[in-house]
Amino acid sequence: MKFVGDRHLRKEDPRLLTGRGRYVGDIALPGMLHAALLRSPHAHARIRVVDGARAREHPGVVDVVSFADLGGAGRPLPIVPPHPELRGRNFCALAGDRTRFVGEAVAVVVADSRYAAEDARELIDVDYEPLPSAQTLAAGAAAVHQELPDNLAGRVTLSSGDVEAALAASPRVARLQLRIGRGGGQPMETRGLVADWNAALGQLTVWASSQVPHQIRQFIGELLDLTPHQVRVIAPDVGGGFGAKLIVYPEDVLIPFLARRLARPVRWLEDRLEHMLAATQEREQEHEVTIGFDDGGRLLAFRDRFVHDTGAYTPRGLVVPLLTASMLTGPYRIPAVESSFESRYTHRVPVTPYRGAGQPQAVFVIERVLDLVARETGRDPAAVRLANLVCPEDMPWDVGLSNYRGSGNVVLDSGDLPSVLRRALESAGYEALRAEAAAARARGRLVGVGVACYVELTGVGPFESARVRVDAAGRIAVFTGATTQGQGIETTFAQVAADELGVTPADVSVIAGDTAGIEHGVGSFASRAAVVGGTAVALAAGDVRTKALMLAAQALGVAETEIQQTGLTFADGRRPEKRVSFAELARQAGAATAALGVDPGLESTRFFQPTDIAYSSGAHVALVEVDPLSARVRILGYWISHDSGRLINPMVVEGQIQGGVALGIGSALLEEIVYDEAGQPLAGSYMDYLLPTADDVPAMVIEHLETLSPLNPLGIKGVGESGALPVPAVLASAIDDALGPDGGRVTRMPLGPARLLDLLPPPG
Amino acid sequence: MTLHAISLTVNGTERQARVMPRLLLADLLREDFGLTGTHLGCEHGACGACTVLIDGEPARSCLLFAVQADGCRVETVEGLAGSGPDSALHPLQEAFRARHALQCGFCTPGMLMTLAAYLRENPSPAEADIRVALSGNLCRCTGYQNIVLAALDAAAALRGAGASR
Repeated sequence: MKFVGDRHLRKEDPRLLTGRGRYVGDIALPGMLHAALLRSPHAHARIRVVDGARAREHPGVVDVVSFADLGGAGRPLPIVPPHPELRGRNFCALAGDRTRFVGEAVAVVVADSRYAAEDARELIDVDYEPLPSAQTLAAGAAAVHQELPDNLAGRVTLSSGDVEAALAASPRVARLQLRIGRGGGQPMETRGLVADWNAALGQLTVWASSQVPHQIRQFIGELLDLTPHQVRVIAPDVGGGFGAKLIVYPEDVLIPFLARRLARPVRWLEDRLEHMLAATQEREQEHEVTIGFDDGGRLLAFRDRFVHDTGAYTPRGLVVPLLTASMLTGPYRIPAVESSFESRYTHRVPVTPYRGAGQPQAVFVIERVLDLVARETGRDPAAVRLANLVCPEDMPWDVGLSNYRGSGNVVLDSGDLPSVLRRALESAGYEALRAEAAAARARGRLVGVGVACYVELTGVGPFESARVRVDAAGRIAVFTGATTQGQGIETTFAQVAADELGVTPADVSVIAGDTAGIEHGVGSFASRAAVVGGTAVALAAGDVRTKALMLAAQALGVAETEIQQTGLTFADGRRPEKRVSFAELARQAGAATAALGVDPGLESTRFFQPTDIAYSSGAHVALVEVDPLSARVRILGYWISHDSGRLINPMVVEGQIQGGVALGIGSALLEEIVYDEAGQPLAGSYMDYLLPTADDVPAMVIEHLETLSPLNPLGIKGVGESGALPVPAVLASAIDDALGPDGGRVTRMPLGPARLLDLLPPPG
Repeated sequence: MTLHAISLTVNGTERQARVMPRLLLADLLREDFGLTGTHLGCEHGACGACTVLIDGEPARSCLLFAVQADGCRVETVEGLAGSGPDSALHPLQEAFRARHALQCGFCTPGMLMTLAAYLRENPSPAEADIRVALSGNLCRCTGYQNIVLAALDAAAALRGAGASR
């Protein structure tokens, strides 16, 4: 391989650096109208009347639409994926007779400018009857959906072995209560759409800032009664996703509905307040853990019962709590495990995966457990982890719990978990670091060391697609259903294709996120794009090269084995002046195909359907200092060891890890969506929801291991979410260490200064 | 609504417009002038994506009215590399590419403009200085480390270019 493994500079950068990127908000069509959404100010209310009469009179207003105007487009959006235990409910393009969270869209006004639309929005009269709302996961809260009075969205138990017997037989037993709060993906570009209905063609074109354009096309087709052929969805340059653009939202159906209704292009750009109010969030769970272990610090039994806040709707079913429950044992070997959860509705923003998707909670829980065992047995936290890690000779390791897709058990496919941890410890100079922290504490400073391990589920199916096409001018294009929100697949997929085709990445254009480019696609989430999409690219590119060789042999009248390829040219190895270009081969393949014995076109479309999930692994070590006066946590050092199989582009992989850690620092120390008792979110801007800044995120040292996955031909595992997973856990570990010998104080994340202040020893 | 005639220099070109008093400078640049490199991330002055230079000073174009830029010299990311589609990248842009200091690219124009102004005033910053200088610009993708390294590289390149003149 020539290009896979290179720190190849990104093909997308020149346009993004010079202001020539094209994000949804940059798309302006002639005659385009602008939509503004009116959102519910109540967490729970009956909607009696929506009256748009005054708004319609406002200059520039073209239309005002509420639920009653939607017709068939007002059906609830589909829920994916299904689950037998799910009592699922989803939102509609606009709220019907009831609103279930502050921020749910109630009406929309369309005008000739965004300014006019937002003015007129103030003139829509809605008669609400406010109702009590569910703001707790405890029983007895107001019903979110009338026919589900217990607010239960699903209850699942996963188990392996006899946990009761194992607990009874354990020399030591301990209990732990843990809580994790809400946060969100917060991409710097908010959501947005432009929709254009071409009445002459009967076709809808939609630009969406989305991770899943093919799924948007499907939902639009179902709700607006259009065939796939009539809908083209394009995710152009997308300014970050992190899960906030993973689901199909009401607006994704509503804005196309308006474009067709008005036969005019319509643009809607979410503002940041709307993003805080209506983009999906995650993480809130309450865990009760009981563990059994021996004096050597080996885990013998693990039981976790947790409650999961799913918000008002379940667009992604039970995915998040299932991920938490199935991944709770992480990289550790535990003979008896039981994890069970109840997912409960609340009158809050719906919960769907964001970077990590239930797994940061699982890592936080199990790593708090390992720290507890270390403390109880008086052993070093790293040593306790090494004593419990699954060994390389046990791979593949069947954890014994069903995976979140229900397609089988969680089976760690590959990896060398002890080596990953040891590499992190060596990189950090762990022993010396512990001594340094202890010495600092002896001088009265609150300095501590944390360590945490993780495995991450990556590269999930069902499939991803790639079409590699050489056109008559010899240009090579890769179309894929995987999408990019900054992950760099225009470059990494070009590297993969270039190796298979025998050309350079500069010869290859990658077109992602356009349903017109490829019929089927899934999208980017769950750290899957490189693993599943990258493999599909390799397969399709391999086909094209095989076909090109066959055509070249026919064109030159020699055996395929005689053909020598130099970049875009194929020559007779013995008479190099006899040659033919990719362009000529593509023209031949486009014409006399029957005579050549091939299908038309120098192209191939392939789907990669992984047989199972590929698990990445890693370990983080952190050195922190807590300022006793401000309760601010300063990260003095951060070391990462990571194994995501073969690296297509180490530069891109490191960028993913660094960004993931930064997001993890936010969710550990800074970011929290808090609701008051009436369900009003208390953070509505970046002045009260704090994202990490350049001053909060430390420099990181990153080490790579490359244990290839057996589940795909390139041996790739995913990395997009990995960095975020262990950060709350490792910072909890380090902060506990900093706070002194008793430890175990940190039982809740995020841990902002106000909450940390309560944990600090009294001054003096 | 009364429209106001304004005149400003954008990336070296004289521009005129008739604008509503409340039209934001960012909207003038993006919607009226088609300079969509300036991005709106929060529209409340917190994220810095919309940073442009006004008479050489960084400013948040989401918090300024277009009329406030009347008579001013405005620089946006489109002007950083000089004019023409094939002109060489600015040292900051080169360094951002070499260091993988951007992923989705949405915050990047604001980062570049903030640093362009900062490095003019502070040609030899330490890493810690750059982190403080960038603390008003949010990036959700990179974790900032590569941005800081790119800024250090660009500072060195700009110093070299200055010395060679």
